[in-house]
Amino acid sequence: MSHTIKLKKGFDINLAGKAEKKIAECDQPETFALKPTDFLGIERPKVMVSEGDTVKAGTPLLFCKMMEDVKYCAPVSGEIVEIKRGEKRKLLEIKILADKEVVSEEFKKFSVSDVTKVEKQEVINLMLQSGVWPNIIQRPYGIVANPQETPKSIFISTFDSHPLSPDYDFTLNGEENYFQAGVDVLKKLTPGSVNLGLNGNGEMSPIFTHIKNAELHKFIGKHPAGNVGVQIHHIDPIAKGDLIWTIGPYGVVQIGKLFLEGKYDASKIIALTGSEVKTPQYYKTYTGACINKFIEHNVNDGEVRFISGNVLTGEKIKSNGYIGFYDQQVTVIPEGKNSEFLGWILPTTQKLSFHKAFGLLSFLNGKDKEYVIDTNLKGEHRAFVQTGVFEKVTPMDVLPTYLIKAIMAEDYDEMEALGIYELIEEDIALCEFVDVSKHDLQKILRNGLELIKNS
Amino acid sequence: MKFIKNIFDKNKPLFEKGGKFEKLMPLFETFETLFFVPSVVTPSKGVQIKDAVDLKRMMMTVIIAMTPCLVFGIWNVGYQHALATGETMTFVQQLWIGIVVTLPIIVVSYAAGLTVEFIFGIKKGHSLNEGFLVSGMLIPLVVPPTIPLWQVALATVFAVLIGKEVFGGTGMNILNVALTARAFLYFAYPSQISGDVWTYLGDKTPIDGFTGGTSLAIANEASVSGANVLESLASTNTVISADFFSFSNLFFGFIPGSIGETSALMALIGAVILVITGVGSWKIIAGVFGGAYLTAVLFNIIGANEYMLMPAYYHLVIGGMAFGAVFMATDPVTAAQTEKGKWIYGILIGILTVIIRVFNPAYPEGIMLAILLMNVFAPLIDFYIVKANKQRRIQRATV
Repeated sequence: MSHTIKLKKGFDINLAGKAEKKIAECDQPETFALKPTDFLGIERPKVMVSEGDTVKAGTPLLFCKMMEDVKYCAPVSGEIVEIKRGEKRKLLEIKILADKEVVSEEFKKFSVSDVTKVEKQEVINLMLQSGVWPNIIQRPYGIVANPQETPKSIFISTFDSHPLSPDYDFTLNGEENYFQAGVDVLKKLTPGSVNLGLNGNGEMSPIFTHIKNAELHKFIGKHPAGNVGVQIHHIDPIAKGDLIWTIGPYGVVQIGKLFLEGKYDASKIIALTGSEVKTPQYYKTYTGACINKFIEHNVNDGEVRFISGNVLTGEKIKSNGYIGFYDQQVTVIPEGKNSEFLGWILPTTQKLSFHKAFGLLSFLNGKDKEYVIDTNLKGEHRAFVQTGVFEKVTPMDVLPTYLIKAIMAEDYDEMEALGIYELIEEDIALCEFVDVSKHDLQKILRNGLELIKNS
Repeated sequence: MKFIKNIFDKNKPLFEKGGKFEKLMPLFETFETLFFVPSVVTPSKGVQIKDAVDLKRMMMTVIIAMTPCLVFGIWNVGYQHALATGETMTFVQQLWIGIVVTLPIIVVSYAAGLTVEFIFGIKKGHSLNEGFLVSGMLIPLVVPPTIPLWQVALATVFAVLIGKEVFGGTGMNILNVALTARAFLYFAYPSQISGDVWTYLGDKTPIDGFTGGTSLAIANEASVSGANVLESLASTNTVISADFFSFSNLFFGFIPGSIGETSALMALIGAVILVITGVGSWKIIAGVFGGAYLTAVLFNIIGANEYMLMPAYYHLVIGGMAFGAVFMATDPVTAAQTEKGKWIYGILIGILTVIIRVFNPAYPEGIMLAILLMNVFAPLIDFYIVKANKQRRIQRATV
């Protein structure tokens, strides 16, 4: 059925605080938010509602003037309580005070057999107005896909290999039919194939193995084997001028539900994880949920950091902040504002390191040891000195060190030639973790992508 | 710990913006970070946790790897002194002489280099880069024990200034800093770094029949006069012992030479530390030894002169070959930076070292020039490796 791709390079960061496969009993948060900052490529957001309006799940809240067809919709029904802006009136959050019972906008419904017969334009229109479209991300650049373009193929990674990542086999359990419908719909958007990257490291999830209308590829290896960018690189690499769309499994299910149920269903199961969570487990809620209810009485004392997403690509949020549109995970780890005495040289087995430089003994622990890692930079910014390390954690035929230097030098030709189109932030996040000289590589890569995109 | 922290915290305002010594902040930071890891945390977007490694630890690993060479070298200075002067000395006395001779060289090297580094740090507003901690230790290990201290200072300043800072500082330099210092001395003050300078005599006179040349020089002279190299080595300094330049003495390092370079064994211990910790590239080290050995074997087969006929494995233990391969060639900044490039770079250093030794009597030590030359060519090697990567990408696109 599928062929197997073995990846040798990579690094698994085994953190303490894995979510137990159990859905917690918990009240729903009062407020939910749509954060335009979650969507790369929204440059000129236009809000379609005002404070005090009532909305249903699936009511459009905003669009971007550059791509007016793509509507960003309310995840729940309720009242718009705040439209929060930051410096220079930059739009930050549209907050909704949620109803007790979520009411949805009604969209056209299809039977399972009809889904395969819908016209492409109808599919696109429905996806655009209902709010599911932003699930589709375009490569290169990692921005929300442009509905007027046609990708050469579509990729779905069915597993997340990031630290403490949620198990889709658990969170999407029972949604097989929706997933299949979603794949059927997506197949209409590309003349090429819909590709599924399956986790070959353990027993494969039955949700994804029986999917029809798609090509299945099995990936074995450490993180970042689950990154869709890595999977694309090994199956259908992106060259200059190519266009590929990617979408997460949750997005596929959401599309499937839209067509089979006729509504924008933003309910999702999120994992609350990390060493500072007392009982790490799963919560059933909606996209854009405020995290305050989940963390109440459930977080250890001391200064902690709340992260929407995982520790490699996530974003710091406040204790009453909101989960990002694409995230299905909240991670809580200790903030590292301590200055450790002689911490740069004392031997230790407790601090995780990919390296084995003097005193870094974590490799002796074996791979089952779970680490508690705080947010300290653990060093100082320096010029590039060590070589060959980024390449060891990047299972792709790219040379991250050279690419990063080309970006810093703003050398467009060199960036292109070295494969900037194949990468987005998550693909080099491990490089940023292992970097001896502590560069903000993801930020540098984004700058490079912006330069190329705007050139 | 607490009281040290208090001292730093108390004085910090003096160095912060608006403080009395605002300009000296880099200096303050350097010392503070030596005691305490900064309390800086990761930014709100991007990687939220970081690997425990940092440049300080990496550089410290190199210094630890050099320690066997350093300690052995210090003792060997005293040991050679005792042999040459014919005095009977205890181990401790030998060690003491070594310390008295070597320590000032180390202190001068660090003082001169760090002064330049700090001036640039203050000028550019960044704290000290750890790279010089390694260079500052390498320089004393590659000079003879009799070197005048002012020359050490001058060479170090030259190397840091011209070898590194003009290119933009640590990470940007093209030539290995310590070798730049060594080359500067070699070409600026040849009389203090060649000939009978390798044994510290102090104010004593050597015993009759003692010659102070290194194994490299003897091999060279033998070749020029058409004498068998091994026999020449065996007949040198017989007044001290019959097998002064035996293979085992060459390997263990009980011979005169630069302070830290004589012992291939100690360099190998350093190599093991560097390779296990992953700080030094095993590909480069293996490449240098392999390239040198195979070239020497080839020369054995050709056998056009006596030096060519010297058993190939002797090349690996005489002179600074082992030390250079382990500590100089592996400098990540000046070496090739691609993995395939590291092989090519290493092997070419090995080949060039033997070629320079055998064919160029003007420079008995080949490894220094071989590494400097390959430092210059490393970016070219990388250029072609990177080009191949780009080419593969273009080919994939057209398939």
